[in-house]
Amino acid sequence: MKNPVGAEFNPVTMRMELTSFAELFFNPVAQVKFVHTVAAGYVTAAMFVLGVSSLYLLKGRDMAFARRSFAVAVGFGLASVCSVIVLGDESGYEVGQVQKVKLATMEAAWETEPPPASFTLFGFPDQEAMKTRAEISIPWVGGLIVTRSLDKPIKGVRELIAENEDRIIKGVKAFGLLQKLRAGDTAPALLQEFNTLKPNLGYGLLLKRYTPNVTDATPEQIHRAALDTIPNVGVMFWCFRIMVGLGFYLLALIVISFYFCAKRVFHQKRWLLKTILFSMPAPWIAAELGWIVAEYGRQPWSIGEVLPTLLSSSTLSTGDLIGSIAAIVLLYTAFMIAAAYLMVKFVRLGPSSLHTGRYHFEQGHAA
Amino acid sequence: MPILFDYFTLKIIWWLLVGALLIGFAVMDGFDLGVGALLPFVARTDGERRVLINSIGPTWEGNQVWFITGGGALFAAWPLVYAAAFSGFYWALLLVLFALFFRPVGFEYRSKVADPRWRSAWDWGLFVGGAVPALVFGVAFGNLLQGVPFAFDEFLRPFYGGNFFGLLNPFALLTGVVSLSMLVMHGAVYLQMRTEGVIAVRAHTAVRLFGIVFIAAFVLAGIWQAYGIQGFRLVASPDPGTSFSPLAKTVEQAAGAWMANFAGHPWMWSAPVLAVAGAGLAILLAAAGRTGAAFVLSGAALTGTILTAGFAMFPFIMPSSTVPNVSLTVYDAVSSHHTLNLMFIAVVVFLPIVLAYTSWVYRVLRGKVTEKRIREETHSAY
Repeated sequence: MKNPVGAEFNPVTMRMELTSFAELFFNPVAQVKFVHTVAAGYVTAAMFVLGVSSLYLLKGRDMAFARRSFAVAVGFGLASVCSVIVLGDESGYEVGQVQKVKLATMEAAWETEPPPASFTLFGFPDQEAMKTRAEISIPWVGGLIVTRSLDKPIKGVRELIAENEDRIIKGVKAFGLLQKLRAGDTAPALLQEFNTLKPNLGYGLLLKRYTPNVTDATPEQIHRAALDTIPNVGVMFWCFRIMVGLGFYLLALIVISFYFCAKRVFHQKRWLLKTILFSMPAPWIAAELGWIVAEYGRQPWSIGEVLPTLLSSSTLSTGDLIGSIAAIVLLYTAFMIAAAYLMVKFVRLGPSSLHTGRYHFEQGHAA
Repeated sequence: MPILFDYFTLKIIWWLLVGALLIGFAVMDGFDLGVGALLPFVARTDGERRVLINSIGPTWEGNQVWFITGGGALFAAWPLVYAAAFSGFYWALLLVLFALFFRPVGFEYRSKVADPRWRSAWDWGLFVGGAVPALVFGVAFGNLLQGVPFAFDEFLRPFYGGNFFGLLNPFALLTGVVSLSMLVMHGAVYLQMRTEGVIAVRAHTAVRLFGIVFIAAFVLAGIWQAYGIQGFRLVASPDPGTSFSPLAKTVEQAAGAWMANFAGHPWMWSAPVLAVAGAGLAILLAAAGRTGAAFVLSGAALTGTILTAGFAMFPFIMPSSTVPNVSLTVYDAVSSHHTLNLMFIAVVVFLPIVLAYTSWVYRVLRGKVTEKRIREETHSAY
């Protein structure tokens, strides 16, 4: 959806149609995103097991069981957190190849810097003025991470807006030609001209927000539509940084745990066990922020540069949507309460719930 | 990728395949929905209820995949139907979805706490998860037969003009009774086959009751649609072997138009005959204690019912009651030639694998489920 490949717009059926299954299946963006997301889930699971094991160790119960599950989870967690970070870097590289806008907003790159671009560590992006306040940046690093080269530039937001404005103007032409085609004009020259302008059709459709006819858009509206192609830089910049920060924090935590685990002394390090226990939500927060970067960061598109979100929504009323969201929230809250109740119950019971007679709550009876 | 068939043939093949998926869903997931709907009535004590739950416990999720696959096939093969139906039947489908939410949590959470109130609450959750989808599927079919109020804009985006309560009209409620009684009958036959003693006796009572309700409702719905429902008829259409949009044909509504296919192709009468005779024989065989054969015939009744609706409507899938010309048919609601071909190859490769492991699973799990067996398998049973 972010890097649509292997499909072609057909003006007769008014839709994208598959042209190459291989291209679709081997879409590099999809593969990297998929594995990055799965690995993030693994890290969440590993941290959960580490957290519960730490709780038992801190409370001094079911020690042998907790030490073993800690050891298993720390190994699994190390492998997962490494693959999350490596694939996250790969994902950033792919984003740099195909989603220039997302990249520029993640990095708060307003201007196209001479390569290699710097990496902004901290700052407060200001969308109105198109600059970042209180900026702390490291020269060269941005270009190295994103383009893996010293000579390729990272396109800035200003340049992208200008490019998109140009594509919108072409898209308006494509839309006009499409209307002629749909009206029954079958001149081959018309079809050929449409096919050359076709990649810009999606940009033309962005104007639907301002004028239903598209073809009568004013330069002012075209400029506004071009500004719409840039999501809020502050949100992107900070979500991305917190996600990456949490990722490296977890890497450090798991590497330290792994080290003490290898030395077989981790169960004595109460500070480490406590830190792990309170870090249980960290991978979950990182995953949610990553989701915001990926999905909010691709707005205003639901299919990148092809279909604006505005036009891909169904025609249901606002009431329908609020009602259904409310019902889902209600049901899932009820299920969450039941799940949380069960989780707390079984975390308290621990391995004693297996009724093997070997664990904490069964020892009393045995003795 | 080689193109195996011309576009027209693939369009027909996909009508058959979606039908086969629907039948697969009804036969496979139908019985566990039916068991869910019967849960609070056929089983009274906690032990009895655990027998019912464990009779479908290991397989219901696999069966439900038929439903997911059906949705996926609709999306890939008939994208316009998917778009128009999923936003048009929004609340109906959400109702199904909400009801289905109760199944995984019901199965998983119920046995984790011994409190009878906790267990009874999940039992009713499982009842909702079984009965509501079974009813709504029939209601949806009843609405398809009457036409659905939708139209398209210039971008071929579907606009739906009705609301949820419009779906609950008398004819659709009758077809809802057809599907509910059909799946409950199917579930009851399954239970009679997989259980013993008092549960099997009660299940047999349910087979008789719902079998008779099904036959009566099915025949009544048939008569009603022949005389009381405006069917749809294709008057003019571009060459069905080419690619065209749903705006390009002419359709008219006429009373009894759904009977035209049966008049033109008398062999199609075998479908409604299979539905009625299958259910009747299933009742008789169940009474004689030949539950395996009864289950096969109950499945045949489901197949006959779905084929009856499919034959009546062909080539229509989702007729429009607002603008009949934009009704969706197997010729114009489909994906491109390339996509249909590719998906057909996927089906040819994967369907045999799915069928093979499904039959293997049922072979492993054959035999009666009893309270004794559940107590012995405390770690694997629900």
